[in-house]
Amino acid sequence: MSKEIKPKRRDFLFTATYTIGGVGIASAIWPLIHQMNPDSSVKALSTTEVDVSSIERGKTITVLWRGKPIFIKRRTEKEIEEAEKVDLEDLKDPEKDSDRAKNPEWLVMVGVCTHLGCVPLGNKGEYKGWFCPCHGSHYDTSGRIRKGPAPKNLEIPKYEFVDSNTIKIG
Amino acid sequence: MLVLLNRFFIVILIFLVPFSVFSEEKKIDLLETNWSFNGLFGTFDRASLQRGYQVYQEVCSGCHSVQHLSYRNLSEKGGPEFSIEEAKAFASQFEIEDGPNSEGEMFLRNAKLSDKFVKPYPNIEASTAANGGAYPPDMSVLAKARAGGVNYIYSLLLGYEEPPIDYKLDDGVYYNKYMPGNKIKMSEPISDGIVEYLDGTETTKEQIAKDVSTFLVWASEPHLESQHRMGFKVIIYLIILITLVYMSKQKVWSQFVTKKNEEEETFDKIEKVVTEYEGEDPKTFK
Amino acid sequence: MSEIKYIPKSKLAQWFDKRLPLLTLSHHLMEYPTPKNLNYWWTFGGILTFCLITQIVTGLVLAMHYVAHVDHAFESIEHIMRDVNYGWLIRYVHANGASMFFLAVYIHIFRSLFYGSYKEPREVIWIIGLLIYILMMATAFMGYVLPWGQMSFWGATVITNLFSAIPFIGESITTWLWGGYSVDNPTLNRFYSLHYLLPFLIFGLVVLHIWALHIPGNNNPVGIDVKKNSNETMPFHPYMVMKDLFALLLFITLFLWFVFFAPNALGHPDNYIEANPLVTPAHIVPEWYLLPFYAILRAIPSKLGGVIFMFAAIFILMLLPWLDTSKVRSAIFRPIYKKLFWLLVFVVILLGYLGAKPPEGIYLILSRLATAYYFIHFLLILPLLGRYEKTDPLPRSISDPVLDKPGMINKFKKVAVTYEGENASSFK
Repeated sequence: MSKEIKPKRRDFLFTATYTIGGVGIASAIWPLIHQMNPDSSVKALSTTEVDVSSIERGKTITVLWRGKPIFIKRRTEKEIEEAEKVDLEDLKDPEKDSDRAKNPEWLVMVGVCTHLGCVPLGNKGEYKGWFCPCHGSHYDTSGRIRKGPAPKNLEIPKYEFVDSNTIKIG
Repeated sequence: MLVLLNRFFIVILIFLVPFSVFSEEKKIDLLETNWSFNGLFGTFDRASLQRGYQVYQEVCSGCHSVQHLSYRNLSEKGGPEFSIEEAKAFASQFEIEDGPNSEGEMFLRNAKLSDKFVKPYPNIEASTAANGGAYPPDMSVLAKARAGGVNYIYSLLLGYEEPPIDYKLDDGVYYNKYMPGNKIKMSEPISDGIVEYLDGTETTKEQIAKDVSTFLVWASEPHLESQHRMGFKVIIYLIILITLVYMSKQKVWSQFVTKKNEEEETFDKIEKVVTEYEGEDPKTFK
Repeated sequence: MSEIKYIPKSKLAQWFDKRLPLLTLSHHLMEYPTPKNLNYWWTFGGILTFCLITQIVTGLVLAMHYVAHVDHAFESIEHIMRDVNYGWLIRYVHANGASMFFLAVYIHIFRSLFYGSYKEPREVIWIIGLLIYILMMATAFMGYVLPWGQMSFWGATVITNLFSAIPFIGESITTWLWGGYSVDNPTLNRFYSLHYLLPFLIFGLVVLHIWALHIPGNNNPVGIDVKKNSNETMPFHPYMVMKDLFALLLFITLFLWFVFFAPNALGHPDNYIEANPLVTPAHIVPEWYLLPFYAILRAIPSKLGGVIFMFAAIFILMLLPWLDTSKVRSAIFRPIYKKLFWLLVFVVILLGYLGAKPPEGIYLILSRLATAYYFIHFLLILPLLGRYEKTDPLPRSISDPVLDKPGMINKFKKVAVTYEGENASSFK
């Protein structure tokens, strides 16, 4: 009967082989994981420019950016006023309206409820802002959460005015 | 019988070898030039790629599409590496149909980096009809889609010549030395000075053909440089790992063999004793 | 070793093993006694397992990006090659992986032919192996259709048209295969579905293949039975594992060389032209690994005959354990068979070469001669040879070749040194 002699555990040669081999396996697995990340054609679409010249006061348009709806609302004076006079103490996620809308006339938000990802309906709800039909979250005219299960205000994407008529999102 | 078979084998070989050699079709050797992207460390010549893009736009793009390339590729690493501003400027020269807008209408807008190269014709049929019944192939993967690859494209561009006497050619058909069948529906696309290079490179036919061929290789294999770079690293890594595994294997195996030899030695000793005692070949005992 | 009942050390492990003997299985696999004289031709089993897993994993990933529709298939491949992170790498590994898989399987099959591994008691292993091979060909063929290039389309057209040779029902069968009146979108979709399914069937058969192998144990270069619990065997782990690993890495080097430096060398340029049902390429050739069968198909002047002979060329191998009547396994001890084996190798390679050439003139004549030899080899020569060949005397055991003829010891030594340097000493 053969009783093979087991190699010594802490043999430098074996340790080196295992280590180098492990590095190889890890680097071979990485492409298989990374392929699921956004590819270069998706990344190329990560900015979009929107012409807002035709939007009237009080109207909202919805554009698609990175597969998500973006609400662009041209607010009325009344709505701006309402948004600004809210006491920060009353808010679940305190944020000043001036921090949310660089130009108070324009509100640009990701139209995805921060609760579980539904799209809120405009000009609805107890605060005349947005109302999410899925689980009843109420947002005010600045898109801030006022009532309901959502934890945060509607997200403001990175955007800038390229000129007075064009907003670049992303 | 064995001898017979041997002869049979040799006879067959003798018969086969000349046949397979002589029956090869006559092939014209393709023109070759020193491509910078060949070989283990091959990389593209940026300036040549940029000139090649210019040649494509000024000479080829009237008929040939490159539909799998996007304008953003022009500024990506491993390609012509134009600056993003340059690539944007190139893109905005073209109009692309987008839509529908909020009224449901399709509209034209300037192309963006994320757009694919604008095609000269909306579809293959239109392209065929406009080009005398011959479809100018899409050039996205052309360098991989022809036997001979880049050398074939380079040769074809330089292969126009007068047909031999008595060679019949219809109208709109040209003679090309390297085209299979020698008949080609594309007229000679390039000639000396047909483009004007901004970097002052001489615009000989050969130079133009080389630049545009380089561009087409990149178009068909935009990751060629990272492919070569990664390949080199991987081979080096494998050489190291193979050496280590071989040494480990030798070590593991040597431990088995050593032990076995000990056993054999014991066995030999017993054999010796038995032999001395019995005085005969111990192998009969087995 | 393996006969001794394995009992796990810890109580928990014992509890688990009693209910699902995974630990016993893994112990069996590790301690599985392998003949110590196995040479490097025996490492291809492990290499093939690697190939299968590589193909399944890369294929799974490619399926996340591929679109099985005639309008988008070609485009989606270019999308993978250009935009998907490492897409070019994964696709080139998958495409070249198919070639490497077949390269390994051919070596594996010819190894079996040379050393008589298909003979009693290993017939079932051999037949399962052939089933795997047939499924591999089907999988590879359908995979080649997916990029929807010119060769994909016309290859699919030609191969599916083979079935139209069947009398009476042929036409209905091809229509059924296509899901239409030509190769089109329904065909592409079902090929994609089957291309995804078959590798898992192959995987199942591989498990059976290995199970069946573990009943009698490995054959070996000398071709005589080894005494299982003796000095003639060594445990699979770590000895064979290390050896297989070394061979596997060499194989991977070749594999990756193709992937990085000649990724399209084994493919056909026409497959980078999008499929066009109106234009047939000048020469339709299948992938290199199917060429020998393609040559047989074209060597026969009748349509039905060609198809029958082509399928017969594969299925005849199923009968090999009974066609080869020789009791001696290894070709080392069969001087005539050894010559004929190499002749067969030559003929198959020749058929491969001829399959890539147009079926005319000298190529056609040679294809016919080669096809004739292929069938004569299996149907005529092997049954007769087993009866009339004078084989060399066999050693009594693999480690102790006590031989009748004095010259044989040297012969063994030579064989041993050639195939396995480190074991030469065991031959005394």
